[in-house]
Amino acid sequence: MHYLFEPGFFSSAPVGIAFVIGAVSAIVSAIVGVFTVMRGQSFAGHALTDVATTGGSGAFFFNLSPLVGFLGAGVLGAGAMESVGVDRLRGRDVATGIVLGFATGLAALFLYLDTTKSASTGVSQQILFGSIFTLDPSTIPLVVVMSVITLGVLALIYRPLLLSSISPDLAAARGISVRVIGILFMLALAVSVGLSSIAVGSLLSTALLIGPAATALRVTRNLHSALIVASVMGVVVTWVGIILAYDSFYWFTSSQGLPVSFFIVALIFLAYLLSGLPGVRRRTASPTAAAPAHSLERAAG
Amino acid sequence: MFSGFMVNAWLIGSIVAVVAGVLGFFVVMRGSAFAAHAIPNGAFAGAAGANLIGVNPLVGLGVFSLAAALGIAKLSRRGRADAVTALALVMMLALGAAFLSQSTEYEPAIFSLLFGEILGVSTSQLWPVIALGAVCVIAVAVLYRPLLLTSIAPDIAAARGLRPERLEVIFLIILACATTMTVPVVGALLIFTLMIGPPAAARCFSDRALVAMGLSVLIALTTIWAALACSFTTNWPVGFYVGAYSAAWFVIGRLYVVWRRAYGRSRRRRSAVSKDVALIAP
Repeated sequence: MHYLFEPGFFSSAPVGIAFVIGAVSAIVSAIVGVFTVMRGQSFAGHALTDVATTGGSGAFFFNLSPLVGFLGAGVLGAGAMESVGVDRLRGRDVATGIVLGFATGLAALFLYLDTTKSASTGVSQQILFGSIFTLDPSTIPLVVVMSVITLGVLALIYRPLLLSSISPDLAAARGISVRVIGILFMLALAVSVGLSSIAVGSLLSTALLIGPAATALRVTRNLHSALIVASVMGVVVTWVGIILAYDSFYWFTSSQGLPVSFFIVALIFLAYLLSGLPGVRRRTASPTAAAPAHSLERAAG
Repeated sequence: MFSGFMVNAWLIGSIVAVVAGVLGFFVVMRGSAFAAHAIPNGAFAGAAGANLIGVNPLVGLGVFSLAAALGIAKLSRRGRADAVTALALVMMLALGAAFLSQSTEYEPAIFSLLFGEILGVSTSQLWPVIALGAVCVIAVAVLYRPLLLTSIAPDIAAARGLRPERLEVIFLIILACATTMTVPVVGALLIFTLMIGPPAAARCFSDRALVAMGLSVLIALTTIWAALACSFTTNWPVGFYVGAYSAAWFVIGRLYVVWRRAYGRSRRRRSAVSKDVALIAP
């Protein structure tokens, strides 16, 4: 026991908070992520973290609550990406890129203005990675409630979302407004990404959104098991990552530990690589056939 | 505004704009925006690693951007390209975070790798940029037709004996080369913005490949020049103006498309596909 959990692990308050908030973020990200990967919107999912973080630094400048900044910028960014309204995949890619470029430009401005306002250090690291150990405990209940609401919205539009992700034509033929469902999903994505950016940082936000989902979709046969596998994997890598990071303070004589995000991302990357090994992958002809025929039948029936 | 340290800024800005305009045209055509974001952004981790072990940061940038390009191309064959790109990006950033945690006093250096220090370019930094920039533009010129054909109609390209996967690898390597040269001087974020906004706007103005590419270079040049001038006057960061002007050009381009669809009688309406095919025959 002693070798796995270094002294003081269980009595540390930040570690306890990180365990809870990390698990909540991992589950919400994994569930939203499965749809994000299926719909081919990984780029948007990543770009929205940068947009949300820009909002965070903007909120700091205007003395607003960070949560308002993160969520507001995310929703605005998602709206801007959708309003270009390009149906083709390539056009969507460009719209996302334009919004991302504009947001990072704004981030540069806010960083500049913030540093003239107060001598804050470590801001660019904050932009790049964020941290799982810096969440203000008072915002935790709000983050959890917003996460549950996001999942609730997804549950409400579950069937039309599934069908329009798998086959937009079939969905349209059945009277589903693919456009409205797409916009609702983008809003849910923006909120969930904003929440996870503020809770675990922008780096882990993308990692937990895409990694478990992409891995789960490779090894499972239907959507339900993909959702479960992704959530479990997200929670497990987060917790193991936190334990390893805590232990790593004792690995080096310099007593400089390695960051939590490094361990979590490395575990996710490893899991994804392993899921591609022959024998682990589910046997389907094409990886683009994300949606197993099984769940297509269920959604249609 | 046109003397002292600003001379180098104008020079380097113009070179970067030309390279970004040319390469960006293919980034937009091929739908590689995510890779164009991931490679420069992740490559910075290489600079952090090089700093840690005491090597020239350019080496670290080169190694990481090349590894990113090859890794994305290799893994994309057996998985979704966008998910793979996201995973490669977070893996490199996580390595960067690990390197940074082991070194100290790197904050200003990270900031400049992200947002660039175009106003502080020394003359000795000019030559590697010019050399690598020339290599990128020449590579694109040599591969112009196969790149265009595999971007627009991979099936036709394959039927003519071209291999789209191999060209994708080559294209990503060219991107990595451009990244290595530009990240230290203009930053990872600025180069990405220049590679998306101006070419996307240019495509709205013309269906012809060469015209669109020329326009893309012109728009990128005006963007960086205007950004430098504004930044010099207001003291605000160059990156902000580049992001804002690129987005503005794109909005103008989209408005032009809408206007032409509504009032333009001289041109026949073309479907999205035939517009792409028209690009093959410039």
